[in-house]
Amino acid sequence: MSEMRRVTAICNGTVIDHIPAGHALQVIKMLRIDTNRSNPVSLVMNVPSDKMGRKDLLKIEDLELNQEELDRLALISPNASVAIIRNYGVAEKRVVELAEELVNVARCTFSNCITQNPREPLPQKLALYSRDPIEVRCYYCGRRQDLDDIIDNLI
Amino acid sequence: MSDVVTMDDLSNEEILSILEDSVRLVPVARGAVHLPLLEGKVLANMFYENSTRTRMSFETAMKRLGGSVLNFSSIGTSVAKGETLFDTMQMVEGYADIAVIRHPRQGAAQYSADAIDIPILNAGDGAGNHPTQTMLDLFTIMEAHGTIEGLNVVLVGDLRYGRTVHSLSHALIRFGAELTLVSPETLMMPDEIVNDLRASGATISESTDLVAAIPDADVIYMTRIQKERFPDEDEYAKVAGIYMLGAKDMDDAKDGMIVMHPLPRVSELHPSLDSTVNARYFQQAFNGVPTRMALLCRSLGVEVPEEVKK
Repeated sequence: MSEMRRVTAICNGTVIDHIPAGHALQVIKMLRIDTNRSNPVSLVMNVPSDKMGRKDLLKIEDLELNQEELDRLALISPNASVAIIRNYGVAEKRVVELAEELVNVARCTFSNCITQNPREPLPQKLALYSRDPIEVRCYYCGRRQDLDDIIDNLI
Repeated sequence: MSDVVTMDDLSNEEILSILEDSVRLVPVARGAVHLPLLEGKVLANMFYENSTRTRMSFETAMKRLGGSVLNFSSIGTSVAKGETLFDTMQMVEGYADIAVIRHPRQGAAQYSADAIDIPILNAGDGAGNHPTQTMLDLFTIMEAHGTIEGLNVVLVGDLRYGRTVHSLSHALIRFGAELTLVSPETLMMPDEIVNDLRASGATISESTDLVAAIPDADVIYMTRIQKERFPDEDEYAKVAGIYMLGAKDMDDAKDGMIVMHPLPRVSELHPSLDSTVNARYFQQAFNGVPTRMALLCRSLGVEVPEEVKK
């Protein structure tokens, strides 16, 4: 069974492998694939993995994720493997990296933060405070957020 | 960076250096020595919230050093017409060399610092930080005790919403003080702050009993229970007046113990305390002038001379 391909190979697009088991839906949300795109997406959850025991995997067709999008992925899945596929072959491998500062990724959750005024033009900025578990703090007001908060407040 | 938004913008060495500058500036702050170090410089005092001591002491500090001050209040200005903080600060950058900001929204000082290039000093942002108050508090403690290390500082009252005690407690821990936190259950220091303090190796005890904390205290730092932070009158009534100090309470105090308060007070400090050797709150309010002078000089890149003479 493990040798059998669960979803077909894609011609062009992005494959994200080694997502922690059960987290693929969060990745979809994090990358805003669910709302902003109409690309075909294949999702594989809880499959056996030599490296991780169990893992999730995503194949997104006709879309090459850029580095900024991939860096969002690092919040959920810092060890994910990303391959850019062109004409059924791996054209590029990309490394995801958790940035020290998340600019315009998620809003601050604090109702009294200066950034709550939508007319204020400076970007939303969250500074990385802890990698495991993920904790970020608003660069302006210091309010904390965990990963669930970030996903709920994505921009 | 020459902004001071939180105490984290200053290293321990910088804090001590600013406190030393402040000591030398005391005669200038009193008006006994004329030292126009900031002549030709303009300070914008941007107050979006009420203030008495902070605004006035910044103004005095700037004027005693020969500079001038633009006073701004959000009432009757473009802010009332819906101007963003970003836009207001663009204007300020054109008019002044340095800006002090107090704002009801948390993060406003950092936001201003990012919006423009002139130095920003945070004079209180929501329930966030108030670092220049912390500097004058440290100055007052050093003036009385000569050190901060090993002192038992008792912080009393509204530890939940009081921005003064949040900034101060972090700074005290950096210099090796021990903290005793005294508050009603509903106004305890937020867990996240206490956890942060403990994680940096602080010795902290928490209690609801002020009287029991007096004999071991080197500093008692009283705060006002802030009526404006309570959603309803009944909740406020439950805790209002819960802690009061008067002259009689000083009988149990150690020699040299000082009582501080960021002011204004309501009923927590009885007037009988004012004439005791322990009362330090009016001196503390004055100390805002030399410490803010030193901060203005630092942010404007002006050195305070090693000797300040007539």
